[in-house]
Parts: sequence; structure tokens; C-alpha cells
Amino acid sequence: MKNIIKITVLGILGLFLQSCGNDGSSGSKSGAITSNAAERVYVAPGEHDEYYAFLSGGYSGNLTVYGLPSGRLLKEIPVFSQFPTNGYGYSEETVPMLNTSFGFVPWGDAHHPDISQTEGELDGRWIFINENNTPRIARISLETFETEEIIEIPHSAGNHSSSFITENTEYVVAGTRFSVPYPQEDMAIDQMKGNFKGPLTFIAIDDNGRMNIDFQLKMPGFNYDLSHPGRGDSHGWFFFTTYNTEEAHTMQEVNASQNDKDFIAAVNWKKIQEYVKNGGGEEIDAEYAHNVFDHSTQTATTTMEKKVLTVDPREVEGAVYFMPTPKSPHGCDVDPSGEYIVGNGKLSTDLTVHSFSKMLKAIENEDFDGDAYGIPVLNFDSTLAGTVKEGGLGPLHTEFDGKGNAYTTFFISSEVVKWKLGTWEVLDRQPSYYSVGHLMIPGGNSREPYGKYMISMNKITKDRYLPTGPELEHSAQLYDISGEKMELLLDFPTHGEPHYAAGIPAEKIKSKSKKIYRLDENKHEYAAISESETKMVREGNEVHVYMTTVRSHFSPDNLEGIKVGDKVFFHVTNLEQDFDVPHGFAMIGANTSELLIMPGQTKTITWEPEKEGVWPFYCTDFCSALHQEMQGYVRVSGKNSNVPLKWTLDDEEIN
Amino acid sequence: MKKSGTLMIIGSALLLGLFIFPLWNIQLEAPQYPDPLGMNIYISGIEGEEEFDIQNIDGINHYIGMKKIPTPAEMWEFNTFPLVIGGMATLGALLGILGFFKIIGPKWFLGWLILMTVLGVLGMIDFNNWLTDYGTDLDPRAIMKLTDSEGNPLSYKPPLFGSQKILNFTAHSYPRAGAYLMFIGMLLTLVAWLLGRKSKTMELNKN
Ligand SMILES: [Cu+2]
Repeated sequence: MKNIIKITVLGILGLFLQSCGNDGSSGSKSGAITSNAAERVYVAPGEHDEYYAFLSGGYSGNLTVYGLPSGRLLKEIPVFSQFPTNGYGYSEETVPMLNTSFGFVPWGDAHHPDISQTEGELDGRWIFINENNTPRIARISLETFETEEIIEIPHSAGNHSSSFITENTEYVVAGTRFSVPYPQEDMAIDQMKGNFKGPLTFIAIDDNGRMNIDFQLKMPGFNYDLSHPGRGDSHGWFFFTTYNTEEAHTMQEVNASQNDKDFIAAVNWKKIQEYVKNGGGEEIDAEYAHNVFDHSTQTATTTMEKKVLTVDPREVEGAVYFMPTPKSPHGCDVDPSGEYIVGNGKLSTDLTVHSFSKMLKAIENEDFDGDAYGIPVLNFDSTLAGTVKEGGLGPLHTEFDGKGNAYTTFFISSEVVKWKLGTWEVLDRQPSYYSVGHLMIPGGNSREPYGKYMISMNKITKDRYLPTGPELEHSAQLYDISGEKMELLLDFPTHGEPHYAAGIPAEKIKSKSKKIYRLDENKHEYAAISESETKMVREGNEVHVYMTTVRSHFSPDNLEGIKVGDKVFFHVTNLEQDFDVPHGFAMIGANTSELLIMPGQTKTITWEPEKEGVWPFYCTDFCSALHQEMQGYVRVSGKNSNVPLKWTLDDEEIN
Repeated sequence: MKKSGTLMIIGSALLLGLFIFPLWNIQLEAPQYPDPLGMNIYISGIEGEEEFDIQNIDGINHYIGMKKIPTPAEMWEFNTFPLVIGGMATLGALLGILGFFKIIGPKWFLGWLILMTVLGVLGMIDFNNWLTDYGTDLDPRAIMKLTDSEGNPLSYKPPLFGSQKILNFTAHSYPRAGAYLMFIGMLLTLVAWLLGRKSKTMELNKN
């Protein structure tokens, strides 16, 4: 009961702080908006934006791509969710991408995108993103903007403190937010304390981007919420915030908010990497799917892995420490120099900043304040660099501009606060509309942030746009942060619920973006590289149709000899080699999705006709002036008929 | 005559640039093609400016019934032109050497230039004939059959030189490096002749 009162008080305090924060501004819903804001976000027709912004889709399971400063939506990239728009997760080629040890999972909860780095700078090769619900990490190519690989994280639950990358893309990490029995077993829930674990998984990335689990750190059963890598001097370390160090198994809202301080776990992964290389750790049973999309065959395959290497952190001398951090910290953010580690204590008004160099000294002096499950807890005062006082209420996440400033979102008081690293003084505050969750400065998680724009991703939309019924899209806001004060320039709606984003200067990737897939590199098993290769092949009751598209016809476009009860595989190859000339394929009554096939690609969809007749199919993409004519017929005969297979174009048999 | 002979050799050697650089270029620009489709015409064949330009030009042209852009094997010109250019360059260089050693007079240079000009004009006429055939000999089953205000079938012939609007496309047809080198070369042989004539007159005066 006491806690409920406390939360109410915090809420009221929040309102108070918010009204204080607004005092300096005009008090209108646009805040202190500058008169030329429109010009500063206007990207003229045909012009390109300065930055790409990749926003996670949260419960959409996907990743959306925006241009900044315009806030224009450029694309939605399907990652963890089926996407009937182009057939992802429906086509035979991409169904394996969504395989897991739980079978085919058609949906995911995508949270924190992070772009690959070289020497602490964004290199624009890939973007990674985590799935929270059925723990997985995906890698997306920034040449094709397609999901190339998804690896499941065994023994984890609530894969939230992910998918952050070390400064040379050595590792992408995957933490555990919901501690669970490790490995899973049947036990009473109230036996959680001391028995559950929170494994932290380190996935090694090779030069081709291929992910492989290197080791899993068997940590106490806290909730590992967010994480960030060290950089510069602190490269080699990884920092994870924890909450529910109480290890409450029920009513966590209250029971996990009891301890005055939770921890930031500091993990020296270089030490553990070394330990594992020298044969350390124990191989244990696991079951997890590793799905890889091969660009030459354009087909994904699933490999079920059976083992994982687990490391007890207590076995590796000097590898893991806990830094006490007040009030259930959410974001765990490391400044561009690598010296400061910011704990965003979400039930507090203050921000706690740890110093990496002080941390090393405390470790050297064994300045411990006891231990937690055998892991040393460092003395709070000896790692503390400073506290940002009265920043606001409910700090969640901090980013950096590379000019010595930090920007923190405050969820409860609904504002973004700018403060100075080192002096910890608050420099500016701007209201957000409403209840800002996370924020992003392009390159904010690197040694080289591009401190020109910042976007905030707001959890509550309310009246910001024309109303669209009870369910609203979330809203983002763009601020110019190049001056002393933050200036709100633009609101734009987002898709799903962005939990974080990653931004990169357009120049770093736009010239590498592919225009077509080369037909002469298409090694798809069922591709027809020219119309003369199109055909039908019967294998029992399966019929494989090798089909092509080119403006503006299918080959073949008349198909006979298919029978009720057959399973028809339409393998459709787009013969075009011209930029932005896709063709679509849709079959009446197919219980799947359409296909959208890019130039040079082959995609496959199945159809199981149940009724005799002559059934049309057509191109769904307005590909040309003759698009409406891009159609064909399939004759379906009775189960026992002996109509032979026959495929024609312009009444001529193809061979 | 030394200077004149040298110029004659250089001038005719510049023709060899046609083996490296395109002679002519036609670009097709349209709203849907902000990066224009383009073909480079070499003496030995036609190539796309970008790898798939020819395929894409053929793809678009099939709507109006135009034939595909010919491969080297489909046009005798692409076999003959390299022989003619190679032969003329060799001949010119030979004349230059003979002139250099005063075995022949500058009149031969003029003769070469006249022959080259005649061949060049013939080549242009032939090229224009091909463009006319390409732009007007259309498939009777063409998807789109467009006519002008008098009811005659539209001609899709790209211009021999200059820019012209054809339906949604604007065609730009201009010479390229190979042609420029050839023109400079021919100009040099003209200068070679003039210089040679002058030095001959001077020699005559001396005597
Ligand atoms: Cu089409």
C-alpha cells in the first residue's frame, strides 16, 4: 500500500515538474517552435534526406526506415513478422526465417536496432535488431535492406537488453529480461529466488556478418533491462542495467521496486572471450534455430543447434562486477569517450553516472560492498562520477551529441533534458508530446555521434494528429540540437511502437544500396532464367511451375493438367533487370499471400485448388501500361482426369 | 615536309581512337528514367551506357513494335567499319612517312582526306538509313500503334544529330570521343596538306 501511495505521489510530482518545465515556453502545443521550422525540415520534391533513421516497430515485429529531417517513411523492412505485402514469411523461400525451437512463429516484438561499427564508428554494413518475446537477434543487410539472418537465443526470456554491438562489431549481445530456470525445468514459481537465472548471451559476428553464439554468461536471476558496450578505454567491457534484484516473482510493479538500488553489471567480455578460447566454460544442451538467407539461392534455411557454451561468471577472475545504481534503472548508456556510464533510474528524479576509470580503481583496491551470488558489488561512492539532480521524473534513456552534452528522456514528466557531462548541470529542457520513451541521435551509440538532430519516440499520442479511433500510431518528434537550446521542428507518426532507433548519415550507405538482383547470379533451385526455360513438372500430386514475368506477361500464361488435390508451387522469376520494376503474383483463393518479386528474383508461393474450373492469376504490381493485361489462367480438372500437363504462351508450347 | 609528314602520321593515327571510344551516343530521357537510358555506338557494335540499358531500351520499344537493337553479327557495318578505319589509318600513316622522307608530295595527303571525307559521309548516310529503318519499320502486331495528325504511322527515328521528343522520351543524339578524335585527326591531315604545300612552294622559290 505504501508503494502505491508513493507512485501516486511521484505522478503528482510529475505533473508539477511538467508544468514547471513548460513555464519558459509559449505554453502552446508546439512549445517554443521557431518560425522557420518548416524550412528546416523541408526536403524539396526529388531531393534526399540527410540521414537514414531506422525505427524499431515494437509489436509490429519489423523495422521502419525514415528520412531525416523530413520524417518521411521510406520503407518497412519485415524482420520478425509475416509481411503479406511482399510475401515475407509466406513464400517458400522465407518461411524458414521465422522458424524457432517453438516451431514457426509468425510474429515478434522488435526493440533495439543497432548499426555495425568499425573502430567505434558506424560503418553501415548491417543493422541488428532483437526480438523480445521469442528471444532472437536479426541481421539486416544495408545493401538490400532485407533480413539476412535470424538466430534464436536459447535459455533466455524477454530478450530486451539487446541487440547492442561492440565497437568493432566483435559481438552483439542478447540479455535476459525475465529470469527463468536455466535450463528450463518444471518447478514452483515461488521457488524463483536463487533458482532462476538471467543468462547474457554473446554472439560473435564474423566478417560476412554471420552470427554464432560464442558463450552464455550464467548470471543471477535479475532482470537485465538494457545494455551498452564500452568504447575507447572501456572497449572490452559491456554494461547491463538490472531491475528486480529483489527477484520477485509476482506483482513486480510493487515487489520489484523495493530495493533502493539495483545494479549495473559490468562485464569484461575480453576476459571471458580469452577464458573460452582456452577451453573454459561448459557445453550444455540447448535447442535453437539459426536461420540464414542465402542471396545466391534466394532461399533461407534453418539449422537447429543443439549445444551452447555456458560460463559461470564466478569462475573467471575479474570478469564481472556489480555497480549499485538507484531505482530500477532502465537505459544503460555509455558516452562517446567511454568514460561515463549513465544509469537512468526510472523511478527517480536523478541520473546516476558512473566513472569507468573510478570503477577500475575500485576493482584494483577491492573496494567492495559485499557480493551478490558471489559476484563482487562495488562501493557505490567509489564508482560514482556524479549525479544529475532534479533532471525531471522517470529518466529512461540517454544519448550524446559528441560535444560533451547528454540528452535524457523523462517519461513521467514528459520531457527531454539536455545536461553537461562532467558538471552534471541541466542546460535545457523541452516538453515532449507525450511521455517520451526513447530518443536517438544518429551515431549516438558510437564514438562519433552526429549531433545535429535528435528524435524522441513518444509512447502516448492523444491529440497530436487527426483522430483515427481509439487505436493510434505512436508519434516521434524531431529536434534540432545544433544550438545551445533544443528546438522542436517536427512531429511525425511512426508505425508500431518504436522502442529505440538508429540513425546514420545517408552518404554512408546510399551509394551501396542495390538497384536490382542480377539474373546471372540467380542460383535459385527453381528459377527460370529465360522464357524458354519455363515449364511444369509433376512429382506425384505436387506440380512445380517454373514461371517468368516481364513487362507485361507471364510465361506460361495458360496452364492445364492440374487436378483437384494437387499442391501447386508457383516459382516466379522476374526477368527484368531495370531499377524499380517489380512484378506481383496473386492466385485466386490461395491461402497464403501474394508475391512481390524484384528484378532478378525468384519467389515461390503454393496453391492447393479444391474446385474444378478455370482460375485466373494476375500481376499485382502496376508494372507498365499493359499491367491490366498481365494475367493468365490455370485449368483445374477433376481428381481422376487425365488432362496432360500443358503450358503455353501465345498458344505456343514452350520448350 | 618533315613537319607536314609528322602531322599526317599523327592525324591518321587519331582515327585509331575509334577502336577505344564510342563514335556516337544516343540517350533516352523520360520522367520514369531520371537516369537516362543510353547506348554508345562503336564502330564494332552498340553497347549500353549501363550494363542493362540495351535490354531495357528493347523492353520499352517492344510496346511500339520497334525491332531489337542489332548485335554486331546482325549488321555488316560492324564488321566492315573497323576494317575501313584500320585501313585508312594505316594508309594515312604510310603516306605521312613517305611524305616525311619527301618521296611523295602533299597532294597525296589531300587525296587521303578527300577519300576519308567521302567514306565518312557514306558512313553517316548509312547510319541515318539504319536509324530510319529502326524508327519506322515496325511490327504490324505492335501493342501501341500511334499515328500523326494526318493518320500516318508515327516515326520513332532518333535524330542523327541533336535532341528530339519522341512520345514520353526525349532522344539526345551526339558524337562522342571517338568521333571528336577522328575530326581532329582529319583537321590535322588538312593542316599537313597546307603546310606541305607551303614548304614545297618555298623550296621552289629557293631554287
Ligand atoms: Cu507486372
